[in-house]
Amino acid sequence: MKYTIDKNGYYGKFGGSFIPEMLYPNVEELRLNYQAIMQSPEFKNEFQYLLRHYVGRPTPLFFAARLSEKYRAKIFLKREDLCHTGAHKINNTIGQILLARRLGKGKIIAETGAGQHGVATATVCALMGMDCIVYMGKLDMERQRPNVERMRILGARVIAATSGNMTLKDATNEAMRHWINHPTDTHYIIGSVVGPHPYPDMVAQFQSVISEEIKNQLQNDIGNPYPDYVVACVGGGSNAAGAYYHFLNDEHVQLIGVEAAGKGVNTNESAATTALGKVGILHGSKSLLMQTEDGQVIEPYSISAGLDYPGIGPLHAHLFDVGRVQFINATDDEAMNAGIELSRLEGIIPAIESAHAVAALSQLTLSEEDVVVLNLSGRGDKDLETYIKWGRY
Amino acid sequence: MNRIHELFKRKNKNILSVFFTAGFPKLDDTKTIAIALEKAGADIIEIGIPFSDPVADGPVIQQSNKTALDNGMNVKLLLKQVTEIRKTVKLPIILMGYLNPVMQYGVEKFCAEAKQAGVDGLILPDLPIREYETECKSFFHINDLLNIFLISPTTSAQRIIEIDKASSGFIYAVSASSTTGSKTDLSGEQENYLQKLKGMKLKNPFLVGFGISNCAAFSKVCRYGAGAIVGSAFINLLKNTSSMEEDINRFVKEMMEG
Repeated sequence: MKYTIDKNGYYGKFGGSFIPEMLYPNVEELRLNYQAIMQSPEFKNEFQYLLRHYVGRPTPLFFAARLSEKYRAKIFLKREDLCHTGAHKINNTIGQILLARRLGKGKIIAETGAGQHGVATATVCALMGMDCIVYMGKLDMERQRPNVERMRILGARVIAATSGNMTLKDATNEAMRHWINHPTDTHYIIGSVVGPHPYPDMVAQFQSVISEEIKNQLQNDIGNPYPDYVVACVGGGSNAAGAYYHFLNDEHVQLIGVEAAGKGVNTNESAATTALGKVGILHGSKSLLMQTEDGQVIEPYSISAGLDYPGIGPLHAHLFDVGRVQFINATDDEAMNAGIELSRLEGIIPAIESAHAVAALSQLTLSEEDVVVLNLSGRGDKDLETYIKWGRY
Repeated sequence: MNRIHELFKRKNKNILSVFFTAGFPKLDDTKTIAIALEKAGADIIEIGIPFSDPVADGPVIQQSNKTALDNGMNVKLLLKQVTEIRKTVKLPIILMGYLNPVMQYGVEKFCAEAKQAGVDGLILPDLPIREYETECKSFFHINDLLNIFLISPTTSAQRIIEIDKASSGFIYAVSASSTTGSKTDLSGEQENYLQKLKGMKLKNPFLVGFGISNCAAFSKVCRYGAGAIVGSAFINLLKNTSSMEEDINRFVKEMMEG
């Protein structure tokens, strides 16, 4: 496969494991064991059982007739919003907690932006009876209150990250610091395809169930497993990685990544990494990174708490670099309008992250025969307050 | 000869290396602090290159990084300040920082200019051995810059040997599994680790860092290693001082003599 990691954990020139020595043994333990554990039949059985009976997979691939009519194409929605806990994030947390148990870890930590990954982590910790601490930016805790309370109801401790902009990047810093301080009994469930090798590859593999299902479902629905387009939003990039995964080598399938432009790519209030970033190192991997000339990380902005991360996973940096994925972006307003549009046309209120993917439809040049799969990564329940505050509906 | 090698030739115990963040508390304090440290009797000056996301650091050094960046500190200015410091200061100077700012400056350019400014060694905790050897080593070598690697209590014996092989100057032995500035009691487990390290008879000497905040801790770890690195405790002093030179003098004397 052209798009898998090499033996040093790189996708092309991106990836690697740029971590201080204090984290090395934890990450190395994971690196040495993850492939063997994930490929063992016993792990696969348990993972698949939980995906089916606990998460509710396979999620439907829904032909969105009215949306299709509007954009004059055949648009299918991959309904990750119907997963237990409301987003694709749980595919990964189920996988990682099963892995953590096999590594003999009793405690789990996680970072979260929108709170979806935090909720998905708190959920699997409750399911497995494991201790759970979730780091969340103080600002994100304010704008995603319901998710904070969901985590608490599930028995997790939510700790506010008060450094920096008090969002996802800072929560990730705090989680890494916690891991440095608790190196033996704790597993860190990273929520996206970011972090040091083997995280990007491991998370992408856990999320790859999305594209595996899409292929089967399209084959059944239209007699052809290949769509013309796969569209997904990209913050760190985990839902996109999952939606692209089994299409990466099918070069005739056009892959579209939608980043958050915030108030506009040129406004200094944006999170569009491929448009604004350059090669840099953050959170253990070399990737594209929004940064100043001096290499200081820029605080990104988006109305969507799940997309305002200053980097993207190294896989996506590579896919961008070699032109396999076309990256476009949508502003706050475009995403919010698209969220309302999907609500009105299909009766589905999307997460604001996923609404960015919906907003991309108007930017694509589609023909009536084109089959488009849009990965609807999460549901909008958690974003009601943001919708209400935005108010234009 | 590199000043770090010279130092260890002359002195092999009770070495005190003091860390502070460039441009903290005020932008131009870097020079004042370095000169005061030499006058007070410190052995190595370790200057931190501030970074927006210092994941290996506790709250004290995080805050100093933020203040320094707010003050306008950057790599270019820091190298200029080191050039100034070198006009009088003879102690080994080590720059410590995260890889990204160095990478953006350009590793080759950074190494050449660091050498020119009078820097003797670098500590880049998130630069892996493999990437160091394949992408950076030649620039370090031609500029006679020593690369200082870290080891921690969870580093395996086999890896310690590998790190010892790749190191030159000294090894930075992190005292506990922690971020910088954590309270450590230096008992039991940690002493076993330092004892084990001492017993390994590595080719490089080691200095112990993280959580060394007073004379008692300093003299304790000096029983095992060649000396210690003090950071957060010193930054705390700088944060609260009203007469910097005097306080630095007292701090260093108290640390070394009790």
